Amino acid sequence: MPLTDSLRDDILAAVPSLRAFAISLSGNADRADDLVQETLLRALANIDSFQPGSNLPAWLFTILRNLFRSDYRKRRREVEDAEGNYAKTLKTQPSQNAHLEFEEFRTALDKLPQDQREALILVGASGFSYEDAASICGCAVGTIKSRVNRARSKLAALLYVDGAEDFGPDETIRAVIGGSGG
Amino acid sequence: MKDLKSQASKSTTPGKGGLTPEIQSRIGHQLRAMYDDVVRQGVPDRFAELIKKLDAPGATPQVENGGGSNDNNNGRD
Repeated sequence: MPLTDSLRDDILAAVPSLRAFAISLSGNADRADDLVQETLLRALANIDSFQPGSNLPAWLFTILRNLFRSDYRKRRREVEDAEGNYAKTLKTQPSQNAHLEFEEFRTALDKLPQDQREALILVGASGFSYEDAASICGCAVGTIKSRVNRARSKLAALLYVDGAEDFGPDETIRAVIGGSGG
Repeated sequence: MKDLKSQASKSTTPGKGGLTPEIQSRIGHQLRAMYDDVVRQGVPDRFAELIKKLDAPGATPQVENGGGSNDNNNGRD
């Protein structure tokens, strides 16, 4: 469809969450903004292929994700020194404690496999349905669900509980206690 | 042993995914807090201008490739 005023407004309205998604993916604000810029250029260049009435944010997120993926393959490891860069990008600094917790969370998030991280962000932060997230990532709905679950378990294990991933403390401890008999 | 025992009895029963509802909501909360921090920054001028510019009739969006970067692709692991 042609670029109408209202479509342009809708694209602009999607920019803040596109940035948030890009930063979550790349861990680096500068790179994220480059990604967003490229996404917008692509979107506008291909606006004719956008189906009126379909989900515009999902369409834009798909473009951004694909760009990130191909870019990521090109220059693999820059992503890894992103740790710590993220906090610097924020305009408002949270209080000391909250800040520390935030950094920990961010660091844990960066440790997730990319597939899991993006699934978790799309569903848990961007607010997409499992169906939309699946179409953005080009995979089955069940795949998204299991990625989200694994991502949560891994985060919990990294942040809150030791061994939350398989969560067998009751059995294990009972076995140990029972076995030591006295 | 005593410590472990009390810890174990204190933990809420996890759901099938192995996470207590409390932990799930904590993760969700932090995830959204992180995300919304960026969302609240709104639309930076550079993007507003970009879209405005490209809206002009006849304007052709140019996708630039971040050229000039050194691609050292030594296929080493």
